[in-house]
Amino acid sequence: MSDRAQTQTFGALAKLRLPPAAREPAIVIPAIILGILALIAILAPWLGTIDPALLDPTQRNKLPGFVGQITLPDGAKAPYTFHMGTDNLGRDIYSRVVYGARVSLIIGALVAIVATAFGLAIGMVAGYVRWSDGLIMRIMDGLMAIPPILLAIALVSLSRAGLVAVIVAIAIPEIPRVVRLVRSIVLSIREEPYVEAAVTAGTPTPILLFRHVLPNCIAPLIVQATFVAASAILVESILSFLGVGIPPEVPSWGNIMSAGRQYFRIFPHNMLYPGICIAVTVLCVNILGDALRDRLDPKLRKRV
Amino acid sequence: MFGYILRRLVSTIPVMFIVALIVFLMLRLTPSDPAAIIAGDNADAQQVEMIRQQLGLDKPIFVQLFVWLKSILSGDLGESFFFKKTVTSLIADRIEPTLALAAFTLVIAVSVAVPLGVFAAMRRGSLLDRLVMGFSVMGFSVPAFVIGYALIYIFAIKLQWLPVQGYSRIANGIEPWVRSLVLPSLTLAVIYIALIARMTRTSLLEVLGEDYIRTAYSRGLTPLQVLTRHALPNAAVPIVTVIGLGVALLIGGVVVTESVFAIPGIGRLTVDAVLARDYPTIQAIILLFSFVYVMINLIIDVSYTLLDPRIRY
Repeated sequence: MSDRAQTQTFGALAKLRLPPAAREPAIVIPAIILGILALIAILAPWLGTIDPALLDPTQRNKLPGFVGQITLPDGAKAPYTFHMGTDNLGRDIYSRVVYGARVSLIIGALVAIVATAFGLAIGMVAGYVRWSDGLIMRIMDGLMAIPPILLAIALVSLSRAGLVAVIVAIAIPEIPRVVRLVRSIVLSIREEPYVEAAVTAGTPTPILLFRHVLPNCIAPLIVQATFVAASAILVESILSFLGVGIPPEVPSWGNIMSAGRQYFRIFPHNMLYPGICIAVTVLCVNILGDALRDRLDPKLRKRV
Repeated sequence: MFGYILRRLVSTIPVMFIVALIVFLMLRLTPSDPAAIIAGDNADAQQVEMIRQQLGLDKPIFVQLFVWLKSILSGDLGESFFFKKTVTSLIADRIEPTLALAAFTLVIAVSVAVPLGVFAAMRRGSLLDRLVMGFSVMGFSVPAFVIGYALIYIFAIKLQWLPVQGYSRIANGIEPWVRSLVLPSLTLAVIYIALIARMTRTSLLEVLGEDYIRTAYSRGLTPLQVLTRHALPNAAVPIVTVIGLGVALLIGGVVVTESVFAIPGIGRLTVDAVLARDYPTIQAIILLFSFVYVMINLIIDVSYTLLDPRIRY
């Protein structure tokens, strides 16, 4: 899209006097799509879905568009169109895909929050408390030397698979990158005259970190958190797909694909819909992250 | 130069020690008891206690760590709970497919990504540039198993050009071996291509803005000459760096790709070991892959001196 076309398309948006970021298509479009996904996730029970865990052996491996029957809670039978077909256990794929948005978005958001919060705390300590720097950074180097997916898989194997275990297992490999980022910001800020002035004025360290260092970390951290969220959604789908993620009866996009593997040759639709959902979601988060980075912090690319 | 290599080698020791420590603590802090796992569900408390003593799990944790580190350094990675073989022989059986897959992927990725990145940078803002950048974002966003199944569906099921799954050992003939690796290595290469093409473009764009490039053009050199003699050599260091860092992605991708294509390599072994909670094997695989990753990046660090004469150690 040329600049002129962009101005025309988003001329209406521009007139609304929104903050500059809200006029940029690379921010607005993915944000809208993700907003719709969030709505779908929240409104899942009211979107014509049935219980995503409901097994119906009589309606196994049906193709998309199949019109079958479901049993309502009061025992009555009702016709139901399986828009995306059913899997090999007779579960409605449409319902599972819609509910799957919940898992992916929750994991993306929570991992981003957990990894950024811990990374921020550890990074500030490493950057500000000099004696701890060497020790913390060596541990982070060690964590970063383990390929992230491998570390996540190994961590998941330690406890019973559940949502919390998966979130922790995905968040831990992400923390070192946040720590490095925060530490590098803290190291450059502590040399600034206003920080030295605050130190001279006797500001206690916690207040100094909170009032002067933290605000400088926020923009790059938002960008970093976006990329963490994208990677978390991907890794969750990989863990579920490999069968080591959240329990298979929970409808997550990775789990739906994992269940569809066996009959993939005859019924590829089991894999198609969740596959598209994962790709679109992660793509939106990544595009959003790229645009936010260009907007909020052009130097970030070099710093990481 | 030799002194530098030696110093860098020594500097990997603390990193690897930390990795070993993390791996050791990770599996010792688990709620599950390895002795109970080995003994099986039917064992009584006495049998479990006997196995605990055999494995040395009753000793203080520091002693266990020391014993474990000593045995790793002597090449003994322990015995698999699940496969009832030594982990070393287990890995040795599985290494061929993984190495072959990684090598194919590396060759495909570099030979596709570098030209793509170069074209994108030379024609900045063109349709091709946009396509390459768009592909790059896509490559980071679509999980390897989705790409893998899409490729299987198109090339193996619909067109029937290539085998759906499985691995043919190199000893069974070159052609089936290559055919069994085409789709897996393409699958694995996508994210790697995305990474390398993006870095090639960025790095080359930076170099193309330099004065000596303008000078080279003004001396009447063709774009190709400028590219091969002046631009690429100066843009090489970040590109090679990202190829090394991308090995982490490659290793993660191996685990997924081998599962999709039913390749009996170390990646598949990782998943099997995790599903069976086979801790000695998990430990050994993490150590092995981390060691490979650290060593590859060490070699790349050292190769900077060959790529860029300005860098001396």
